Amino acid sequence: MSNLDRVFESRLAARHRRGRVFASVCMASTWFAVGVLVVLLIGVVWQSAGWLNWGFLTNFDSRHPEQAGVLAGLWGSLWLVLYTTLFSVPTGIGAALYLEEYSRDTWLRRLIQVNLSNLAGVPSIVYGILGLTVFVRMFGLFGSQPKVVEVSLIFVNLQIPLPLGRTVIAAALTLSLLILPVVIVAAQEALRAVPASIRHASYALGATQWQTIRNQVLPAALPGILTGVILAISRAIGETAPLVMIGALTYVAFTPGDISSPADVFTNPHGIVEAPFDTFTALPIQIFNWVSRPKTEYQHVAAAGIVVLLAVLLVTNAAAIFLRHRFQKRIRW
Amino acid sequence: MSSTVEVTIPSVDRNPQLLIRRFSPTRAKEQAIRFLLFLCALLSVATTVGIIFVLVTEAVVAVGPNTAFFQEVSVKEFFTETRWTPQFSEQHFGVLPLLAGTFLIAGIAALIALPVGLASAIYLSEYASPRARNFIKPTLELLAGIPTIVYGYFALVFVTPYLLRPIFQDWLGFDVDVFNAASAGIVVGIMILPMVSSLSEDALRAVPRGLREAGYALGSTKLDVSVKVVLPAASSGIAASFLLAVSRAVGETMAVTIAAGMTPALTLNPFRSVQTMTSYIVNVSLGDTPAGSIAYQSLYAIALTLFCITLAMNVLSQFVLRRFREVYE
Repeated sequence: MSNLDRVFESRLAARHRRGRVFASVCMASTWFAVGVLVVLLIGVVWQSAGWLNWGFLTNFDSRHPEQAGVLAGLWGSLWLVLYTTLFSVPTGIGAALYLEEYSRDTWLRRLIQVNLSNLAGVPSIVYGILGLTVFVRMFGLFGSQPKVVEVSLIFVNLQIPLPLGRTVIAAALTLSLLILPVVIVAAQEALRAVPASIRHASYALGATQWQTIRNQVLPAALPGILTGVILAISRAIGETAPLVMIGALTYVAFTPGDISSPADVFTNPHGIVEAPFDTFTALPIQIFNWVSRPKTEYQHVAAAGIVVLLAVLLVTNAAAIFLRHRFQKRIRW
Repeated sequence: MSSTVEVTIPSVDRNPQLLIRRFSPTRAKEQAIRFLLFLCALLSVATTVGIIFVLVTEAVVAVGPNTAFFQEVSVKEFFTETRWTPQFSEQHFGVLPLLAGTFLIAGIAALIALPVGLASAIYLSEYASPRARNFIKPTLELLAGIPTIVYGYFALVFVTPYLLRPIFQDWLGFDVDVFNAASAGIVVGIMILPMVSSLSEDALRAVPRGLREAGYALGSTKLDVSVKVVLPAASSGIAASFLLAVSRAVGETMAVTIAAGMTPALTLNPFRSVQTMTSYIVNVSLGDTPAGSIAYQSLYAIALTLFCITLAMNVLSQFVLRRFREVYE
C-alpha cells in the first residue's frame, strides 16, 4: 500500500460521513417545504373550524362576524373567471398558433418571444395599474362622469358604461392580460409536442394550413393546452393585487346581475347580460378585507374564506389533472 | 441496373398559369385567419407598450391635462430624499424608505428561499428516489399555487405570534411589532422557494450523466460530484433562478401588504413595520386620494420604479442564462 492509498483510505470514512450529513441537510430542506404546506393547511383549517358552515356560503358580508359570508365573493369570482377565460383563452391559443405554426424565425417573432418571457415577470400590481388606467378610467377620455352607451342586440339592450368603471368586465380584461403570457407559453409547448409528421400527412392529403391546424394539430395539442389554461385560470382566481388596484368593492351586499343562485339564471335572465357591467367583489378581496379588520373574530372568518378559496382552487386543479389523464390515453402516435 | 421513376408534373408544364396565385375564397379565408392570429400574437406586445405608455405618461411626461409626477418632483429629490410622506400636509417624496422596505423583505426572503431551495433542488436531482420525487414535485407545485393572500394571512396569524414573538421577543428581548418585515420576508421566502427549487432542479438535471460518471471514476463521493461537478456546471441556470425568484419577491404585493404594515421607514430592523413599493400602491388605491393629485400620481412613479427593477432583474437572468450556459454535446 502506497502512502497515497493510505491517506485516501483514512479520509474516505470522513468523506462519506460528510456526504451523509449533506444528503440529510438537502433532504431536510425539501421536506421543510412539504412541512410548511402541511402546517399552513392545518393551521387555516383549524382557525376556520366552527366558522365554515352553510350560512357562510349563502350570506353576504356583514358587520357581525357570525353572519358574514362569501356569497358575493363567490359569484363575483365566478363571473370574473368566466369572462377572463372567454377573453384570454381564444387570444392566447391564437397567439400560440401564430408563433408556432405560421410565423417564420424573423425579428418580429423573436421580439414577441422575448416580450412574453418579460411579461411573465411583471408584478401583478403593475397589471392592476394598467387595468385601472386603460379599462376602469379609460385615460379619463370620457370625463369623470360615466356615460352609458346603449347597444341593442336582438333580445336585450346592453348598457355599457364608458369608462367601464369598477366593473366585472374591466377586471376580467385586466386579469386576461395578466394570464395571457402563461396561456400562450403553455399552448406553445403543447403545439410543439405535436409531431411534424401529423402535419405533413394532412398536407399530403391536400388540406390547407388552417384545415390542418383545426382538424389535426389542435385536437392533438388540446390536453396540453387545457392543462396550461386551467393552471393559468387558477392563478387568476387567487390573484388579489390587480383587483384591489381596479377597485373591486370590499363591502358588497349584492351579486353581479342579482344572480345569487343557479335558479336565478332562469327567473332573471336579464341579469346575465347585466352582470359583466356590474360592480363586484371577489373571494380574495373579501379575505383581504376580513384580514385587515381589527376584530379578532374576523381572523376566523378570513380563515373560512381561505378554506373556500383553496377548495375552489383544488377543484380546478383536479379538473386539470383529470382532463390531462383522460385525453392522454386516447392519443397514440 | 437501376430503375428510374419518372416524375412529371404535367399540369404545370402545360399550363404555367397554375403557378400564379389567383384569388380563391379558400385562400382569402386562410389569409384572414392568419392575420387574425397575428393580431392575437401582437396583443402581448401591445400589453407591454400599454404598460410603458401608461407609466411613462403619468410619471414622466404628461399628455393629458394632468401634470406628470416628475414634472412636479425632481428626480433628484425622488432618489435622495429620505422621507416618504405624500399624504401629510408637508409632502416629501423620497423613494428610499420604500426601496429599503422592499429590499429588506426581499433580502429576508432570499435568505430563506435561496439556500433551502438550492438544497432541495440538489436533493431532488441527485439523491431522491423516483418515488420521493413523484410525491414532492406535485407538493411543491401546490405550494407554488397557493394565492399570495393566504401567505399574508399565514404571516399575520401564525408566523408573528407563534414563531417570531416567542423566539425574538420573549426569549431574546427584541421588540416585535404586530406588523413586521420579518414575518413578511419569511412567507415571501416560502412562496418563492418552489420556484428556486424547480428551476434550479431543471438546471441540475440538464447536466449530462457523463460528467457525473467521470467524477465517480476519479474516486469522488456523491457529495464531491454534486457540489464540485454538477453544481458548477449548472451555475448559470441556478443564478438565473435566483434572480427570477428575487424579482418575484420584489414585486410581491398582498402578503407584504398584510404582514409588513404601512409605515414607510428607512430601517434595517426586521421587527419593525415597513412599507414596500407594492404595499404603498395598494395603500393609495384603497384610500380616497383624489385622482390627478400629486399623491395619486406618485403611485405611477413608484410603479415605474418597480417595473424597471423587476424588468432589469428578468433581463439579467435571461442574459446570465444565455451568456454563461455551458453547452454540452
